[in-house]
Amino acid sequence: MIDVTVTPESIAAGPVGPTQTSERSVARRETIKLLLRRPAFIIGNIIVIGWIICAVLGTRITPYDPFNDFGVGHQPPSAEHLFGTDRLGRDVLSRVMVGARDVLIIAPLAALFGVVAGTTLGLIMGFYRGAVDDVLSRIVEAFLALPVILVALLALVVLGTSPIVVIFVVGILFTPIVARTVRSAVLSERQLDYVTAARLRGESGWFILSREIFPNVLGPTVVEMTVRFGYAIFTVATLSFLGVGLQPPSPDWGLSVSEEYSNMIGGIWWSTLFPALAIASTVVAVNLIADSLQSVLNE
Amino acid sequence: MTRYFSRRLVLSLITLWLLATIVFVITNMLPSDVARTILGPFAPQESVDALNQRLGTDRPLIVQYVDQIRKLVTLDFGDSFVSQRAVLPQILDAVGRSAKLAGLALLITIPISIAAGVFAATRRDRKIDRGIVLLGVTSSSIPEFITGTILVVVVGVQLKLLPVLATPPPNADVPTQIRYLLMPAVAMAIVYFGYIARMARAGTIEVLGSDYIRTATMKGLSTTQTMRRHVLRNALIPTVAVIAVQIGYLFGGIIAVEKIFNYNGMGATMLFAAQHKDLPMLTAGVIVIGIVYMVATLGADMITAWMNPRIRLDADR
Repeated sequence: MIDVTVTPESIAAGPVGPTQTSERSVARRETIKLLLRRPAFIIGNIIVIGWIICAVLGTRITPYDPFNDFGVGHQPPSAEHLFGTDRLGRDVLSRVMVGARDVLIIAPLAALFGVVAGTTLGLIMGFYRGAVDDVLSRIVEAFLALPVILVALLALVVLGTSPIVVIFVVGILFTPIVARTVRSAVLSERQLDYVTAARLRGESGWFILSREIFPNVLGPTVVEMTVRFGYAIFTVATLSFLGVGLQPPSPDWGLSVSEEYSNMIGGIWWSTLFPALAIASTVVAVNLIADSLQSVLNE
Repeated sequence: MTRYFSRRLVLSLITLWLLATIVFVITNMLPSDVARTILGPFAPQESVDALNQRLGTDRPLIVQYVDQIRKLVTLDFGDSFVSQRAVLPQILDAVGRSAKLAGLALLITIPISIAAGVFAATRRDRKIDRGIVLLGVTSSSIPEFITGTILVVVVGVQLKLLPVLATPPPNADVPTQIRYLLMPAVAMAIVYFGYIARMARAGTIEVLGSDYIRTATMKGLSTTQTMRRHVLRNALIPTVAVIAVQIGYLFGGIIAVEKIFNYNGMGATMLFAAQHKDLPMLTAGVIVIGIVYMVATLGADMITAWMNPRIRLDADR
């Protein structure tokens, strides 16, 4: 008897579809395999996904109401309140869990803003060179001389504090840094034969830039996005701590540290330490992911 | 060398002018009304107009821009909105106090992180190297105020080893001052450890793979001799540049650290200015830090050129 069952593998292995896409998907699968072999990548993802779950489910999984459950203030950690209570008697654990939400919305958007604007700028600078590149490079250099936190402070004082302004300001300050990275990646790509071939075919500059060069600098761009995401959390947390980021009654971590840190000297450490550790775990996790991506994609 | 230096100096001045322009654009980004920002939304229009006139913010933008550039050239940044006194002396005092803290942080972090980076490079891909790289990634990703908080809780409150506030009593001698500044300095040193160690490691790995190191090894030099005579000098060139860039960032991170440790430096001055919407103070602060960054990178370029003759000879040609 002849076995005629067709397994999914035999379809995938067969000469179906254009070879180019299958080559690309093989390469992608190879990259993912390499990434999954790195413990740092896995640990980083577990922590980030954990915080995303907290942010999405929010008050549905917190043990207490993080906003309106005012008990006895500054109770030390106990079986009832694992992380203790803050100055208004709210459960610190519940507030730390919900505190993931604001920063996990603002930081990725700020990073995305910076990466999209920076990549566009970097592609143009690296590809067209000449006077445009010279002028933009000078401006980028000037931006790099700006102390990020201080300029953000100045901008937020002028524009007023709101999440949109924080995204906008942090995104703009990240743009030149991304532009510089993408520019140098484009500079090494544009001398390669495939770009010359496209030019000889008579393709337009815009086509070469968007369809030929851009896919090839996607690796550094993805790495840059993750790195910027880490820095965005870093910056937004610092701004909230300085009082110009998120505003009360947000349970944001940086803001919680800012509201509670003066009580540390009196021995009330839990209401500051746990939000601080939450920030630390998130930025470290994102940077572990970024570092793994960097060594796998840029090898 | 002179030609190289003068060219770098001109570029720095152009960058400084652009920086002042960017700051001007930021402060005038909105059709914002400076007096309205200061007085708040409920102030009567007459007081807003009067304040705008006194601050000079009712003049056309181009006049204000020329004024800002003139301030940069003459280093006269005007008077504070709050204290009515000249801004620059106050900022220089604050920078001086912050420089003590920042200097101590660099003094701690530079030798340790270079040693760690070079050591990791010589043990490339072994467990100890992986450990140092991981430690670098971790330490450089945590904000200074978080490290500061954790240090206060553990070292200051639980172990009671060091004072939790950074301001020493007046007329304290140097060891006492260092004792007070040690914890905030360490909080900052931890962040910079990652950057500097990573750069030192990368630089060393690159040099170790070069032909002249193979020659040195093959002519029979011991590892210590090779390291001292050939590797370090070349490997640390990129590290010098990174340290200079860090000096600029140092003054950003210092704001949060000074807040945690209640230290009256640049950070405290800027935060006070931000709370009171003291725009001349904030503007001058950003530009002064920009100048500090510029001088640091210029210094780094000089050291790099001195360490690597190829750079200065290229420029002179």
